Amino acid sequence: MIIKNLTVRFGAFTAVDDVTLEIPAGAIVGLVGESGSGKSTLARAVTGLVPYTGEITGGDPRRIQMVFQDPYASLDPRMTVGASVAEGLRVPRAARQAEVERLLSLVSLPASMAGRYPRELSGGQRQRVAVARALGARPELLVADEITSALDVSVQGSVLNLVRSLREELGLSMLFISHNLAVVRYVSDVVAVMHRGRLVEMGATEEVVGSPRDGYTRSLLEAVPRLKRA
Amino acid sequence: MRHLLRTPAGLAGTTLVALMVILAIAGPPIWGAEAERIDPAVILQGASAAHPLGTDNLGRDILARVLVAGRLSLFLALLATLIGAIGGTVLGALPAVLPRRPARLVTGTVNALVAFPGLLLAMFTAVIAGLGARGAVLGIGVAIAPGFARLTQTLAASVAGADYVSAARMLGVPRRRIMTRHVLPNIAEPLILNLTQALGGALLGLAGMSFLGLGVQPPSFDWGRLLFDGFGRIYSTPAVALGPAVAVALAGIGFNLLGDVLARAASRTAVPAGKAAPQAASMPGELDAPDPEAVLEVRDLTVTFPGGVTPVRGLSLTVAPGEIVGLVGESGSGKSLTASAIGGLVPYPGEVSAARLRLCGTDLGELPEQERRKLLGTSLAMVFQDPMASLNPALRVGGQLAEVATVHQGASRAEARTRAVDRLGHVRIPEPERRARQHPHELSGGMRQRAVIAMGLMGTPRLIIADEPTTALDVTVQRQILRLLREVTGESGAATLFISHDIAVVGELCHRVVVMYAGRVVEELPVEKLASGAAHPYTRALVASLPDMDTDRSLPLASIPGHQPSPAELGPGCAFAARCELATGRCAERPPLIPYGKAHQVACWEAS
Repeated sequence: MIIKNLTVRFGAFTAVDDVTLEIPAGAIVGLVGESGSGKSTLARAVTGLVPYTGEITGGDPRRIQMVFQDPYASLDPRMTVGASVAEGLRVPRAARQAEVERLLSLVSLPASMAGRYPRELSGGQRQRVAVARALGARPELLVADEITSALDVSVQGSVLNLVRSLREELGLSMLFISHNLAVVRYVSDVVAVMHRGRLVEMGATEEVVGSPRDGYTRSLLEAVPRLKRA
Repeated sequence: MRHLLRTPAGLAGTTLVALMVILAIAGPPIWGAEAERIDPAVILQGASAAHPLGTDNLGRDILARVLVAGRLSLFLALLATLIGAIGGTVLGALPAVLPRRPARLVTGTVNALVAFPGLLLAMFTAVIAGLGARGAVLGIGVAIAPGFARLTQTLAASVAGADYVSAARMLGVPRRRIMTRHVLPNIAEPLILNLTQALGGALLGLAGMSFLGLGVQPPSFDWGRLLFDGFGRIYSTPAVALGPAVAVALAGIGFNLLGDVLARAASRTAVPAGKAAPQAASMPGELDAPDPEAVLEVRDLTVTFPGGVTPVRGLSLTVAPGEIVGLVGESGSGKSLTASAIGGLVPYPGEVSAARLRLCGTDLGELPEQERRKLLGTSLAMVFQDPMASLNPALRVGGQLAEVATVHQGASRAEARTRAVDRLGHVRIPEPERRARQHPHELSGGMRQRAVIAMGLMGTPRLIIADEPTTALDVTVQRQILRLLREVTGESGAATLFISHDIAVVGELCHRVVVMYAGRVVEELPVEKLASGAAHPYTRALVASLPDMDTDRSLPLASIPGHQPSPAELGPGCAFAARCELATGRCAERPPLIPYGKAHQVACWEAS
């Protein structure tokens, strides 16, 4: 899937400025940037939630799904997990329950979870449900917008592992957005850096992290807090 | 249900509404015949023993008529409310479902109708629909509808922006279905509550319409009609008019009170129903002698909320001058509440107790209120996650800083002002003169956080408590703020307590790390040991689950199964045992925090 010359304007303000980005099939592209860099707006444009100019080619734009940052706000509190996951399904009613169970098992949740309400789940579990719901629509591209920033570190790992296993097992393409460079580095094959609406650097993860060419990328890398490992 | 009866208003409302319902059911069969019985011998009488409210022009007993009229009055009010509520909800929901142009038209119509006086709208409709009960009910229904439409619109707009609605849109769920499945169920509660109050309004409105002769026509009668019939005689036989008037008033008051109480009960968030776990009152044991060097010394700090919820349990902590201590833990571990307790900021109804709480060698518990506030005001600086929580958006930055000096140090306004500009420059805010004259919203997030730190430096703080001060900031700005905190601590010799969920940030900034889990300190260690010398399984798991720039990408990332127990769920044993690989039967008993090597303490049976 190729995003070509995508621009989003809010009045006189240009939130995303002429971004061209290729997401190879079966790859995870990490998009990193600070607040106001336009990365979340880009995600909302790609998923059709905000109007944009430019084009998206090489895939069906209707088969793009998104997982949101806040797992406490992205599930309808009045719907059971099963009903939420079933929402995007295009299968006959009879096959629905089996499909919901399959999706839940894809995100390592037990089938018994289908009858529960979001309030009974932890943040990490909710985020898995949101991923299962998105997978139900059989997406060609999954956009993950800061999906671990509302989670505690101790559960973040399991969600990141899930993201990687989905790529390996389903060959899912993904646009993984985060402000956390260490997280992006861990899951992505390709890293793209956004600054003030523009894409300033893009390349294979090890290259961008190991030998950044852009000055802004360098300052971002230097600012990442590190544990002094002995 | 129980809270309905707890307040006088709730009790009165529930009782009145219950009486009205009983009256509507039982009234006509009991007094129906009496109300219709014509007695030429007693026409137009005033109150008497036989007829407590008098009789009308056909000699019918008015008390019986009032009691019988309850059914029709309430029924018509209910009908009018339903018409208004259903019409209004549909009207309010339409814009979310219709294409843009018709949606605007509907919104505009609703706005115009809301601005139109309700009674006028009701009378207008009633006159067009024809005199009588039908016209009156329609009229009141139409008058109620705009309010409901507006409420529905406002509530729906708040839900329409929710992520789960965006998710449904992306899944291709049709707009009508989004409305019925996601939006309406989530706004049903306030709408239903509004219904109760609207019912009271409709009852009064209908009585008004009947009283004006626009409502129920003879031989039918409701309270308004009875009032209309009796009003001409109000000076000669007042009881005739007062009876129906009192009935209308009581019913109206009843429904309004009930609606009020229901709305208030619904808006109140449910208080967690924690069982009061019988916690052995923390054994103070032998309290060691106070450390004269320490800036902050806390022993057995406990914060309790009603219902036995104890988010901070027996926490002990010492911070020396020039030292930066990191308090790290996940959300719900009690770290922020610990900071609030030290600063005396625990919100009501929380209760703080401590065997010792000393700041700069003075026991805060023994100080009178006024002196304690003075001590906290001059020697403690607090920096929060959101700088806007500490800055008043309506005041200029310089003025707010200067206030600290005039209030606590008795400086003159000019002196305070000069010092404010000096402090702003000290935290490396460029052009401090100009910035001091600006309002907080004109500063960037990092600049605001600097201004808050400068505010703390207006005095000579001995202790700086920074509660997630960089969580809302970008990494590059975070780095600058961390550097500033380090410099400020170094040059002033103040002690800093740095609270964060981010173990990497703590590892970079602090000298010593205190790890909290479920309200207790589980480990305290020098920062050099954090990465690979931690002894508690929780600390180790936390470090292992943190991806950094050197994490091996070919291996799965570590994570901790399960979740941290909430304060209400805590048992007597080790709180981490359920998630711990090393847990044994012994962990049913809580391990104490014991020394483990130099400057290192751990609370785990398995650490050896």
